[in-house]
Amino acid sequence: MQISEAWLREHVNPAINTEELVAQLTMAGLEVDSVQPAGAVFSGVVIGEVVAMGQHPDADRLRVCQVAVGEAEPLQIVCGASNVRVGLKIPAALCGAVLPGDFKIKKSKLRGVESFGMLCSEKELGLAAEANGLMELAADAPVGVDIREYLSLNDALIEVDLTPNRADCLSVEGIAREVAILNQMDCAATQIEPVAVTHQDSLTVNVETTTACPRYLGRLIKDVNPKAETPLWMQERLRRSGLRSLGPIVDVTNYVLIELGQPLHAFDADKIDGGITVRYARTDETLALLNGQTIKLDNDSLIIADDQQTLALAGIMGGNDSAVSGDTHTLFLECAFFAPQSIAGKARQFGLHTDSSHRFERGVDATLQNRAIERASQLIIDIAGGSAGAITELTTDSALPQRATILLRKQRVAKMLGITLDDEKIIDIFHRLGMSVQTHADGWSVTPPGFRFDIAIEADLIEEIARIYGYNKLPSSRLLMRSELNPATEAVLDIERVKDLLVDRGYQEAITYSFVDKDIQKIVAPADEVISLKNPISSEMAVMRTTLWCGLLKAALHNTNRQQSRVRLFETGLRFVKKDGQTHQQKMLAGLVLGSAYNEQWGEKTRKIDFFDVKADVEAMFGLTACGVQFAQANQPALHPGQTAEILSATGASIGWLGMLHPTLEKQLGFDNQIFLFELDQNLLLNKTIPLFKPLSKYPSVRRDLALIVKEEITAEQLLACINGSKEPTLQDAIIFDIYRGKGVDDGYKSVALGLILQNHTQTLTDAEIDSIINSLLNILIEKISAKLRD
Amino acid sequence: MSDTLEDILAQGLQALAAAQDLNQLDQVRVHYLGKKGLFTEQMKALGSMEPEHRRSVGQVINQAKNSFQEQLETRKNTLEHDELSARLASEGIDVTLPGRGQSVAGLHPVTATLRRINKIFSSVGFKVVEGPEIEDDYHNFEALNIPAHHPARAMHDTFYFDAHTVLRTHTSPVQIRVMESEAPPLKVIAPGRVYRCDSDITHTPMFHQVEGFLVDTDVSFADLKGVVYEFLRTFFEKDIQVRFRPSYFPFTEPSAEVDIECVMCNGNGCRVCSHTGWLEVMGCGMIHPEVFKAVNIDSEQYSGFAFGMGVERLAMLRYGINDLRLFFENDLKFLEQFN
Repeated sequence: MQISEAWLREHVNPAINTEELVAQLTMAGLEVDSVQPAGAVFSGVVIGEVVAMGQHPDADRLRVCQVAVGEAEPLQIVCGASNVRVGLKIPAALCGAVLPGDFKIKKSKLRGVESFGMLCSEKELGLAAEANGLMELAADAPVGVDIREYLSLNDALIEVDLTPNRADCLSVEGIAREVAILNQMDCAATQIEPVAVTHQDSLTVNVETTTACPRYLGRLIKDVNPKAETPLWMQERLRRSGLRSLGPIVDVTNYVLIELGQPLHAFDADKIDGGITVRYARTDETLALLNGQTIKLDNDSLIIADDQQTLALAGIMGGNDSAVSGDTHTLFLECAFFAPQSIAGKARQFGLHTDSSHRFERGVDATLQNRAIERASQLIIDIAGGSAGAITELTTDSALPQRATILLRKQRVAKMLGITLDDEKIIDIFHRLGMSVQTHADGWSVTPPGFRFDIAIEADLIEEIARIYGYNKLPSSRLLMRSELNPATEAVLDIERVKDLLVDRGYQEAITYSFVDKDIQKIVAPADEVISLKNPISSEMAVMRTTLWCGLLKAALHNTNRQQSRVRLFETGLRFVKKDGQTHQQKMLAGLVLGSAYNEQWGEKTRKIDFFDVKADVEAMFGLTACGVQFAQANQPALHPGQTAEILSATGASIGWLGMLHPTLEKQLGFDNQIFLFELDQNLLLNKTIPLFKPLSKYPSVRRDLALIVKEEITAEQLLACINGSKEPTLQDAIIFDIYRGKGVDDGYKSVALGLILQNHTQTLTDAEIDSIINSLLNILIEKISAKLRD
Repeated sequence: MSDTLEDILAQGLQALAAAQDLNQLDQVRVHYLGKKGLFTEQMKALGSMEPEHRRSVGQVINQAKNSFQEQLETRKNTLEHDELSARLASEGIDVTLPGRGQSVAGLHPVTATLRRINKIFSSVGFKVVEGPEIEDDYHNFEALNIPAHHPARAMHDTFYFDAHTVLRTHTSPVQIRVMESEAPPLKVIAPGRVYRCDSDITHTPMFHQVEGFLVDTDVSFADLKGVVYEFLRTFFEKDIQVRFRPSYFPFTEPSAEVDIECVMCNGNGCRVCSHTGWLEVMGCGMIHPEVFKAVNIDSEQYSGFAFGMGVERLAMLRYGINDLRLFFENDLKFLEQFN
């Protein structure tokens, strides 16, 4: 909310400067977002009066004016504005004046006629973005007085970012009340006297739902002058509160809203058929709003209606048909208290947010309506004339918000704040806050004022004590905590360890958005059912990722488009999969590699990364957990069919995938580089086998190498499975140390060099034993995969 | 006889001096001292001598042999030394050339910041807990004392999947999830991604928060202040000014915003702190009785505090990053600065 400091100071004027005032508000929980000067920087502009005017001899559109500026003689000023006329009071910039934008006014000649200054529009003074001719000042504006003084432009606009609980501060009076509390001063409330009732007409008012509308006040004001204009002082105050002038009636209701915090609405009474009813809408009803929007009402929309039609969305916005206009002679002024819960959420439902709904949904002081309607009536009559009828009031006391008396225990204050405050101090704070207090032996019964909707429980009172006492004066303690030892689960590897491993292996960590482009998601994981956002920020962030690859590919592209020829990225995070109607949020770890295996360097030949480079990184991760996994040849729609491995746990669960991005996708996504990807389920990856000691053998190990001829399609995994499946107790390790194809090996076959390491725990193996073991292993290979010893 | 021995010795010493490497030297050694070496032959010849001569002749041969051996050792040392020198000279490299192999990369600055936060709190026994990012309305709002239509919902620009399912707008739902399943005393921090439907120069639709909370008997606002002060000073490794401002969160009462003295200008006022000298870094407060009620914790017996902070914000302040959007572009030129 934006308010004028000068206006505020009319109610309470502590002896502190703007900066101190702003700091005080901020530290009391009314955070000041900004402070702006009320007017642009300019000087040398006074109130002038056009006392004579003649046509410029050489320019049709220019007038030569004699302007009284409080000096002995009027000044001659040439002016081209269409609204310039004799008797008009205007801002006159004298020679030597500086207008906004450092525009200096000097004596000049316009088409041969001397001009000793400039008559100004609101735009030229920085008071409005646009202007249609000169700024017209009131007829009683004192000639010669500095316009800054006259318009009190030496004012600051204070923007307060109010939290939703402080509805009581959504007005000048409300903030003044708070400033008074903080400075231990009194706040001068606007003096309001009831206007004289000068006619007997009224509209009948019927409130169907008293819970939603516990209080409704209305009155007819007849014979207002439709041509009246809002006085400048009011226009200025509205402008400084961030509101535009929209004609005197609306301006008055807005003015009272800013001044007191009470929203009012004025209807053109001639457009109302019969009486007023406050009720919930019927489902088939519609309402054409002031903003041009027509809304379809539902049966929990609170509305104001007459005997025939809907007139307004209660507490939110009026209807267009019954709005006051330039020919409104009789108006019906409404001033109600609508219960917050009947307004809350309704404005948003219709895509609206108004100053009125903002206040009603947070809570308007339910004792304010009478003052507000009298204040508005008085201002309307002052500005536009008219005669007021009696106020029709329908109040259901039982439905009005009741401020419950709250019990505050002394010991609780001490416990929550960690400090024991003097009773007098606490009572003083409550009194300053307008609360009534009854003292008991061990505490107080406190009743908050009607305007404090946010104080309902003991903790709220404790906060008020802390707030007024000063958060920064409250003690701060060194935490003494009961401590329990946190679990140290050894069977689950910390993901941070895996991240460090990847970082050490040259992978840069990326963090990409969890929502991704629908099209990219579709290309990368065509089979996955996606979860879509109802209100995405853009189509590029519309669906939840089912694989981390979407984001990594986008990040890689961002980098290759910026001359990076080598990219190694990994990311950890959730993927979101829909399965059987259930949403699964799975923790994943994914990586992407493109470009050369190593940074370009003098000691290694530059070569492209390949499957086995990346596989080594993946294997290294599993090396941390000591859990055996299998890499099974498999198919994955995003990956190259010949270079894809599904990673399986010992029990056959799928841990994830490793492979080359399918060349078609590579092209589709805009790369011109082979890309390798992996993605693993963290829960399965991080399963760690807790080591179990095995005694060391004292006897030497022996190694025997075999050169085997096997069919091309026999995988390393199959071959090693034969060996490892033999359960040969002396077998310590089996290593494939060479693969050979070519001369000496038939087409469709390959030669695999296999190293076998044997060791016995109880004795040194003899040659005969070794031969026998090797033979039996060879027999298994022959039998299971038709291996042959190479000649 | 002795003439011959002298000749042998003279020739032998000459041969030693002429040997140019250890290999040649060894040949010389074998020629004179080997099984059939010249000195060995001399010794063998002693056997056929009169016993009365043997002793004196033997001494002479031994002398000659010893002086040969002495020279041999000396020559050997020289040659070995020369050889080593030559080898060392030939093996010299340019040690300023870079090392070979894979280079080390780095963690994302958000992760680096999160790790520091986690480490600081873990050191005093806070447990790190994570929660789901697709969250239900109850945990994200209702249980945190933000019922439907509460004006505070407008403070959260929420991404929806349907009327009851959202992307969590803060890490506070983890507070609810932990308190639902565990009994006090509780000391938890909950880091993670959060989402708001807002994107401009100072907002990204996804960012990271760390929620922290502590529930025990006799926890006071003074304890909250103590923890926050200590944490911020530890995090920034500086004795910075910290201030608490009253604020409002539906799930805490009393509530506060925490400002620190601007770390860019030391509180003198600059663009980063909008010339106020202060930077808002976290929200906090005492857990609201309604929140305790939602999770069946007796607020008469227990009290607690909660705090929440934006990780990107802390990372920006710590590392001087001036553009929030850089965090999620994953430009290597950006990421590598934090290696």
